[in-house]
Amino acid sequence: MIRFILSKLLYLVPTFLGITIIAFSFVRVLPGDPVLLMAGERGVTPERHAQLSAQLGYDKNVVLQYFDFLGRLLHGDLGNSLVTKKPVLTEFLTLFPATVELGLCAIVIATVIGVPVGVIAAIRRGSWFDQISMTGALVGFSMPIFWWGLLLIILFSGMLGWTPVSGRINLLYFFPDVTGFMLIDSLLSGQDGAFASALSHLILPSIVLATIPLAVIARQTRSAMLEVMGEDYVRTARAKGMPPRRVIGVHALRNAMIPVVTTIGLQIGVLMAGAILTETIFSWPGIGKWMIDSISRRDYPVVQSGLLLIAGLVMLVNLLVDLTYGLINPRIRNQ
Amino acid sequence: MSEASAKIAEVSLRRRQLAEFWFYFSQNRGAVIGLVVFILLVLIALAAPLLSPHNPIVQNRDALLVPPIWQEGGRAGYLLGTDAVGRDMLSRLIYGSQYSLFIGVVVVSIALVGGIVIGLLAGFFGGWVDSVIMRVMDVILAFPSLLLALVLVAVLGPGLTNAMIAIAIVYQPHFARLTRAAVMSEMRREYVTAARVSGAGNLRLMFRTILPNCLAPLIVQATLSFSSAVLDSAALGFLGMGAQPPSPEWGTMLAEAREFILRAWWVVTLPGLAILISVLAINLMGDGLRDALDPKLKRS
Repeated sequence: MIRFILSKLLYLVPTFLGITIIAFSFVRVLPGDPVLLMAGERGVTPERHAQLSAQLGYDKNVVLQYFDFLGRLLHGDLGNSLVTKKPVLTEFLTLFPATVELGLCAIVIATVIGVPVGVIAAIRRGSWFDQISMTGALVGFSMPIFWWGLLLIILFSGMLGWTPVSGRINLLYFFPDVTGFMLIDSLLSGQDGAFASALSHLILPSIVLATIPLAVIARQTRSAMLEVMGEDYVRTARAKGMPPRRVIGVHALRNAMIPVVTTIGLQIGVLMAGAILTETIFSWPGIGKWMIDSISRRDYPVVQSGLLLIAGLVMLVNLLVDLTYGLINPRIRNQ
Repeated sequence: MSEASAKIAEVSLRRRQLAEFWFYFSQNRGAVIGLVVFILLVLIALAAPLLSPHNPIVQNRDALLVPPIWQEGGRAGYLLGTDAVGRDMLSRLIYGSQYSLFIGVVVVSIALVGGIVIGLLAGFFGGWVDSVIMRVMDVILAFPSLLLALVLVAVLGPGLTNAMIAIAIVYQPHFARLTRAAVMSEMRREYVTAARVSGAGNLRLMFRTILPNCLAPLIVQATLSFSSAVLDSAALGFLGMGAQPPSPEWGTMLAEAREFILRAWWVVTLPGLAILISVLAINLMGDGLRDALDPKLKRS
């Protein structure tokens, strides 16, 4: 198992280097002079320009600049935002819990609904439940979620007035950041109604973000179940006279879950892309909105490092998924 | 066998394959519905100038936010109402179909051609060529697609052309991986060895001998990418990075309509519905194609 983990880790090194090269060249290929860009509209004198260039290392050879960039990266220095002047890493860490909270809620909704729906659809193949749920899954899979979010706002916030339109919590409540997760912090604060307010802010964005993963998980679970139920060992278990509930629960479901776990893990990339749209629609103060705002504000250090952090994170989660896969399926490990 | 009869045999084989394909495809009711809707969309896009009652970008100052005709305050001549600057919704939606189909075709063509060439090179030559190419593809795949497309558009400058290029670059690794996998499994077959022994060159082996036998998964992936391209380009338009106003692109229309969501439901609901219907139709077709082209599923 240790060899398996090490080989997977080793495999990640070139990919990660590639990601740093992309993030690095991003600022280099941008039209315009980075020094002028940082100086802003006031402009700089030629002497100051040269001084800034030297200070930021832009007068050096590109390859050397890349190694400088890599060196700073290894020391945890991701540069400062042009707009807020704060370190990018600090900003990232402040906003990150909001996105994690949203993403976790979404993946929990998607899994808790998607897996049972897929299993039932497979067991009752061809039934009305199968047909309706799989049609629903296809609609969900095809959904432009930015539009879906707007529709839900029209219905639940506009017409019914049940949920707020944007933000993470009502501004009336104020309590210290303990975990960064609004649901937990609001409970810890002990203020009346704070938790309910946080929950009501979270519910619509989570549903919107969960839509596509839910559809994917339901479809994947159904096809994995169908495949497993055609296997010899399931037929044997049935032939032995084992009760159907046990055949499905013990023999079929456990084996069908292997590809499903992978599918759930791989939704992290989908979630990040979805978070950009969901957070924009609901003004959710997370990483996705931060990236969009930084792109439109031309805050390039943030875009560069944000890209790096997000890609690195997706890579790490994919590694974890790979390792889990190796853990539950020894055949993969020994290849 | 003479050359002419060999040709006839080949034609009849093709026809039989096509008939078999249609048999399996038409068994899937959803796929047929998807195909019909898709053909309708193509017809609408082609006949847009004839079908649309108004010019999609002309602003009628005397008809701002007119509701659809069946609702109180609706006006004859504006079947689906008008937007905030008095442009006819129906005409804009009709012209929007041109954008979506055009984007889908361009993105899939670029990604498909690029992916096939790269995947063929990797699968055919193997060794370090394969390793280098696949690591580069891994790097592209490590970024969430919409994020990478967004950043690419930020580098290239917002606009439809750049959005299409960005989305194509992001999709291309999927085709490269599929092609590589298919090529690697075909390379072991006897017909490839036979062709090599009889003196076929590398290019001929790659494009004439192997590629045609790898097409099935690529066709399915192309359909799926077509629908994702429509979705992602609409998302870019929605975020202000795709087609720019006043183009009647559906995502851009939604972005412009955002501030009216609580006042005028039609300016928000209709463009999104158009996106959903097109994407759904293409995905339905994709499912049918997969079932019809995948030999493993045929017997079940």
